[in-house]
Amino acid sequence: MESLPATTNSAANSESEPEIAPSAARLLKAWETPRGWRYWSAVNNSEVGLWYTVTSFAFFLFGGVLALLMRIQLAVPGNTFLTADQYNQIFTMHGSVMMFLFAVPIFEAFSIMVLPEMLGARDLPFPRLSAYGYFSFLIGGIFVCGSLFFGAAPKGGWFMYPPLTSAFQDGVGADIWLLGLTFIEIASIAAAIELIVGVLKCRPPGMRINLIPLYCWYILVVAGMILFAFPPLIAGDILLEMERAFDWPFFDPKRGGDPVLWQHLFWIFGHPEVYIVFLPSIALMAMMIPTFARTPMVGYSWVVLSAVGTGFLSFGLWVHHMFTTGLPGISIGIFSAASQAVAIPTGVQIFCFLATLTAGNVKRSVCLLFIFAGLATFIIGGLTGVMVAVAPFDFQAHDTFFIVGHLHYVLIGGTIFPIMAAFYYFFPLVTGKQLSERVGTIVFWLVLIGFNVAFFPMHILGLLGMPRRVFTYPAGMGLDLWNLISSIGAFVLAAGFVVFLIDVFRPRRQQALSERNPWQAGTLEWLAEMPDQPWGVRSIPVINSRYPLWEQPGFVNDVDEARFYLPDAEEGKRETIVSSVIDATPIQCLRVGGPTFLTFFAALFTGGFFIFATYHWWWPAILSGVIACGVILRWVWTGTAWIPEKENKDVGLGVSLPLYLSGPQAVGWWAMFITMTADVTAFMSLVFGYFFYWTIHDDYPPEPLPGPGVFWPVTGMLLLLVAYGLTLLARHWNRRDFGARFYLLLSLAALFTVGGTGALLAGPWLTGLDPTEHVYPAVVWVLVGWTALHAVLGVVMQLYCLARRAAGRMTARYDADIVNVALYWHFLALTVVITVGVIAGFPSVS
Amino acid sequence: MKEDRQHSDEFHERHERIWLMFLPPFIWAVHLLACYLTAAIWCAKHVGMESGFMTVRVAIGVYTAVAVAVMGWFGWIGFRRHRHLSQDLSPDDDTPLDRYRFLGLATFLLSALSIIATLFVAAVALFIGNCD
Repeated sequence: MESLPATTNSAANSESEPEIAPSAARLLKAWETPRGWRYWSAVNNSEVGLWYTVTSFAFFLFGGVLALLMRIQLAVPGNTFLTADQYNQIFTMHGSVMMFLFAVPIFEAFSIMVLPEMLGARDLPFPRLSAYGYFSFLIGGIFVCGSLFFGAAPKGGWFMYPPLTSAFQDGVGADIWLLGLTFIEIASIAAAIELIVGVLKCRPPGMRINLIPLYCWYILVVAGMILFAFPPLIAGDILLEMERAFDWPFFDPKRGGDPVLWQHLFWIFGHPEVYIVFLPSIALMAMMIPTFARTPMVGYSWVVLSAVGTGFLSFGLWVHHMFTTGLPGISIGIFSAASQAVAIPTGVQIFCFLATLTAGNVKRSVCLLFIFAGLATFIIGGLTGVMVAVAPFDFQAHDTFFIVGHLHYVLIGGTIFPIMAAFYYFFPLVTGKQLSERVGTIVFWLVLIGFNVAFFPMHILGLLGMPRRVFTYPAGMGLDLWNLISSIGAFVLAAGFVVFLIDVFRPRRQQALSERNPWQAGTLEWLAEMPDQPWGVRSIPVINSRYPLWEQPGFVNDVDEARFYLPDAEEGKRETIVSSVIDATPIQCLRVGGPTFLTFFAALFTGGFFIFATYHWWWPAILSGVIACGVILRWVWTGTAWIPEKENKDVGLGVSLPLYLSGPQAVGWWAMFITMTADVTAFMSLVFGYFFYWTIHDDYPPEPLPGPGVFWPVTGMLLLLVAYGLTLLARHWNRRDFGARFYLLLSLAALFTVGGTGALLAGPWLTGLDPTEHVYPAVVWVLVGWTALHAVLGVVMQLYCLARRAAGRMTARYDADIVNVALYWHFLALTVVITVGVIAGFPSVS
Repeated sequence: MKEDRQHSDEFHERHERIWLMFLPPFIWAVHLLACYLTAAIWCAKHVGMESGFMTVRVAIGVYTAVAVAVMGWFGWIGFRRHRHLSQDLSPDDDTPLDRYRFLGLATFLLSALSIIATLFVAAVALFIGNCD
């Protein structure tokens, strides 16, 4: 193996530039970051992850300023600093920004940036998808936040309860929330796909499932939770926006609707959301604690249990936000019990952390201070959580400041403090320089004291009866002093962040580069050189331990001296290794996409669709949506499933790997599978809506049945199932290289799909179901519309495959396109059968 | 060496099904939904039928018995896998056997947690006897 001259600090700082080995030069060239204005076409995880992190932190600061405005308003009774309307907009935006534009994205941002480093991978499998997600997030975030400056912001609280947000709010505020945040949720799901496939398929050789960093387990769990938690909210957003834009009465009781359905859909998202926010921070702790304790994590398997167990149990808690809606006692009891049960896995992981710190030889640092503060604060928040999980207490505390205090202890203790710790910990990895420990200690005390002074009094205010979301309060009710103390605390907390920002942004040209692996950590991300190279790792290592930097002798040298896999980029392509899910056996040398502006334009026009729709400018919205589809098709056409110039590639150490895979081994197949899992979850949420209305009405479906009948839905289903069968046959004949049969069957499949879609729509159309009349026609139309839209996408995919084969971009051997489309059709067929079973079958059995 | 080869084939990843470890908490979720939906639908559709509420309690009892039995079975399989060829508690090495034992331990622990959480939910039916 040829050796690369060391690019450590001393080498980087020396006057004579070391000569770079040809293999390293080729590798650098392949992974080079674009310069000048083309910098913004970068898709590499280090750039996109950094933009994502900085942007979400900027939104955090924006949300923080909004919080300060609220605390100024509440500092004294009868204050006129803000009007009621301004206050409503500000508290809604504060919650929405913190949850949707900071807490979830920062985890995804940070994971996109660091996960490849943790896995010793060059990049995640879909870098362009990450870039698309980022730009969607940026555009959507600016749109939602910008509304505040025009007095047009949403003002229904961050959970947007109808009928307040449907019948009683004019203007576009609620639409901005619904459409803007749906757009951002799509970005979140895109990131979740990237992260799941990254953890499962892009691990370095030898990193068996029992050796992966704990962070990866948490990523897997949280990204999986996003797939099941966000779709119900998207379904709810669709229903509420349909009511606002087209008067479909999903939440209007006068026409059979029910606002409680929104609460179900929102909290099926909203409660797991708290854990989606909190678990990644616990994951950060799980990476930092062993480093500072100088010992491996105690109870690795138990922490995995906790991560997976918490992920599951957190879905069983949603109704505890709805204890005061008049549910039957037994329903309240069931969810109260589940809410208590989630404390078990949460506690297990905290005990594992404490045991590790006790077992190790702890080294003092600002990171550790924030970790301790996080643990203590989170435990306090967790305990008040157990209190409000007890229904009788919740009846008293519901919608009071006690809840505000509780949730901030959970979220700031469980999320912000660990993120602050991670900022100090990972700052050298990103910038090559360390933050000041001395300044950090000042920041820590200001933040800790400020936080407790700001939020602890809120518990007392709540118990004294102060409701949340009131813009002012009269003097002499015993609320004045506690509010004033709380406001002072908020400014001390803010002062801590100001000092922190000064330390982050002060000029650092004079500061020496940090030493490599400054904390002497044991995990792969600390292979990074200072400053880091765009290639991530010089060579992709073989792993046989959880802490390779501690336990594998000569590991760093072997990586640096290119003794492992893919030390070169002979063809000038960006490549990384794809491995098997369980034992991380290398199975493919994956070529990933390089810099492009396509992702930016795709996000821009997707954003255009949502933004124009907010103002009901339908034609520009449709035009923008069509252009977005065109750009995405171009991106997929030119950037995926490339046919390689050779079958296999030598990746080093005598291993030769295929350059192209299709089917369940391929990353694209996994991405489709995961996307469709989320898609079916959203669909099932709509089906849940259909049956929810059945439970609340005696006459549902109404008698006599207004539609859609049996004939047209069943005809539509049969035609679509034939199309499904033909698509599968087309895949079969493509693989056998019978081109004529492939073209014939897939063309027929497309025709049957069009016919089936028409027949499906004919059901409610010909029976004259008017969706504005009653909730029953509305929900039938929504199910049919959802299915029809997916069938149209199915046709686009069929035509795409026909064109791919005709253009020579898909062959019998290189058949990923049709294999992935067939996978899509499995889910589409399921959707069709369920839709028809519900709209045509259920009325005949109920 | 011969024994090693035999083991490496026995524990080859092609025999492994990672989703098995997620089944016990999945069963917990199904049990929770079944209990909730049964109770919610009963209370929505049969308001005033106090005497009939025993049906809901019996149904929850049956769901619980089935769920605990299945989760217990998974837990037992996981426990046996974890103790396979070794009494050592921590499967931390890089052999296929360690991975096999780790997934067994994870399945066992998740089964135990899921059973506890299931019993938490089922206990509600012991204490609440009507829809109010």
